[in-house]
Amino acid sequence: MNNDNKGYLNMELLRFTTAGSVDDGKSTLIGRLLYDSKAIFEDQMELLEETSKQKGEEGINLALLTDGLRSEREQGITIDVAYRYFATPKRKFIIADTPGHIQYTRNMVTGASTANLALLLIDARHGVIEQTKRHAFIASLLQIPHIAVCINKMDLTDYSKEAFDKIKSDFEAFASKLEIKDVHFIPISALNGDNVVNRSENMNWYEGSTLMHLLENIHIGSDHNHVDCRFPVQFVIRPQSSKYPDYRGYAGRIEGGVFKPGDEVTILPSGFKSKIKSIDTFDGEAKEAFSPMSVCMRLTDDIDISRGDMIVRENNKPTIGQDIEVMICWMNEKKIIPNAKYTIRHTSKSARCIIKEVKYKIDINTLHRMEDKEIGLNDIGRISIRTTKPLFFDSYTRNRNTGSIILVDEATNETTAAGMII
Amino acid sequence: MHYYNLTHLKELESEAIFILREVAAQFEKPIMLFSGGKDSIIMFHLARKAFHPGKIPFPLMHVDTGHNFPETIKFRDKLIQETGESLIIKYVQDSINSGTAFEETGKNPSRNGLQTVTLLEGLEEGKYDCAMGGARRDEEKARAKERFFSHRDEFGQWDPKNQRPELWNLFNGKKKIGEHFRVFPISNWTEMDVWQYILYEKIKLPSLYFSHKREVVNRNGVLLGKCDYINLKDDEKWEEMTIRCRTIGDMTCTGVTESKAINVEEIIEEVAATRITERGGRIDDKRSEAAMEDRKKEGYF
Repeated sequence: MNNDNKGYLNMELLRFTTAGSVDDGKSTLIGRLLYDSKAIFEDQMELLEETSKQKGEEGINLALLTDGLRSEREQGITIDVAYRYFATPKRKFIIADTPGHIQYTRNMVTGASTANLALLLIDARHGVIEQTKRHAFIASLLQIPHIAVCINKMDLTDYSKEAFDKIKSDFEAFASKLEIKDVHFIPISALNGDNVVNRSENMNWYEGSTLMHLLENIHIGSDHNHVDCRFPVQFVIRPQSSKYPDYRGYAGRIEGGVFKPGDEVTILPSGFKSKIKSIDTFDGEAKEAFSPMSVCMRLTDDIDISRGDMIVRENNKPTIGQDIEVMICWMNEKKIIPNAKYTIRHTSKSARCIIKEVKYKIDINTLHRMEDKEIGLNDIGRISIRTTKPLFFDSYTRNRNTGSIILVDEATNETTAAGMII
Repeated sequence: MHYYNLTHLKELESEAIFILREVAAQFEKPIMLFSGGKDSIIMFHLARKAFHPGKIPFPLMHVDTGHNFPETIKFRDKLIQETGESLIIKYVQDSINSGTAFEETGKNPSRNGLQTVTLLEGLEEGKYDCAMGGARRDEEKARAKERFFSHRDEFGQWDPKNQRPELWNLFNGKKKIGEHFRVFPISNWTEMDVWQYILYEKIKLPSLYFSHKREVVNRNGVLLGKCDYINLKDDEKWEEMTIRCRTIGDMTCTGVTESKAINVEEIIEEVAATRITERGGRIDDKRSEAAMEDRKKEGYF
């Protein structure tokens, strides 16, 4: 037990997203991961047993565990993104569990936006279906660094290697059209536990790792950009106290690259140059800072810097511009209005923008560009916008933090679209 | 090669600090709710980190039911005195006196629900446009669907079906006049993360969290500590037991657990081995399956 107490000092955090429909065994799989890692407690189990019995179901319905809202339980469907947590001695996991149906594309996109890994479930009996393609497309669009394709219900195909190989090659054929970097295929039975936490004795032909082994060991250290220095100023700290009369620190989160005291930096939009005097934290000065650390920086020169400005390196600046091409996922009942104005949020900056043109809409099942340019709830398409002031951005494929935006409806204040800069 | 990666605690800390700073930047008059429990003590610690070496740019607010453990109040007052940060206290008793809140009657009266009335009055009176709380998504299933930035209408109500999508680290705190937000910086922390962080950061806690002897009554499987606000039923009696609190709320509804854990290391071992959720001992959650969801819709945090 003493070792367990110290082990947490080396634990990493992995965020993954799952999408699926009622029948593909997603709830069973999540239930198994949670149960086998002791993240479901006795009182939750009791409540589940009771509710399952009340509904006249056989056994325990693990889906009830993820359906948090009364309306979801009443309708028997998951509507919203549900966050679940479990940990093993190696890692802590955050699951963003989302519904898989087409009408919930926006929830899938939301869950995918912060994920290191996407867990795609395929029913071994049905193979690659429309929903699989849709999920793979969203994972690729949101640039989730790793994908684990779990081919489930292997027990119902007699643990057949042929069935697994066929689905694997079908998926690879489809994925070749997408920007997917790192894919792993695992044959499992969530119900019986084959290759979930423990190796299956029914599939000796499979030599890869179990799902849990993959989740625990996949390399996530390179998921953040540690090359291009980007520090959006979030908040200016000026204590003006007797102890710190002249302190002026720029607080924010590193969104790319590595910063060190003594580094020469350029401030955008002014273009002024300065040097990093110190990187301050509550626990003392830091020797370096990298994504996703929250720090406070001091510069050697007194320059007027405020929220929305960005500290970068002179020889590696982001694109500075007002005309931006974006792939968007529409998230609101109110359709996009060409030429209308929206509030745009990007890093710590807020501006207004106008929708100049809808270039095309994508059929997310076939990946074809559609003639129809009317973008409404759950649609994905490419648009061009012009902002009232310059943004400092990178392409989303280069940096998820400096390449993402949201649009806010100016009448309702609702978040109406999520965008990835091209 | 140098390995640029944070531990899970450092990543959660960085995320919470980011949210706290975002609140200070996006809202005009935010406030941080403080109950004296471990989650709000952690929040306070994170807020000091976020704005160091400056002061926390918003006050704390404690909604005091009058049914707190005396240890909690003592700890709260000492913490504020030592750090010099500012605290506003709102009393449920004042709402009862002015007739906006009504005391429950019966064998098991609780002021837990009345907190919502006093909280909303306090927010309105101070014209606060954002209240931060230490709620975590792993606590309860209605909370699993809560956003970091949770929009509330002018009555403080939560509309779970109409929540704003939240992507990447872009938070939308825009609102109409009279509306406000609840913000939960430690949404992604689990009970275990909280305890590991307390150990790692050497954060001080009220003595209630550690094993001690106390007179308790066993009511429907929940152990309640002796106080003036609990009326014994005929077949009940006070017995001395060795216990500690897993959560701290009102004395009338906070179940204690039998425990010999006297320090944070031992509590971590206990949490790792336990098979009952943290709120399993909370009578206020046991009233119905959607008890928390219903209270949240009305404006409970």
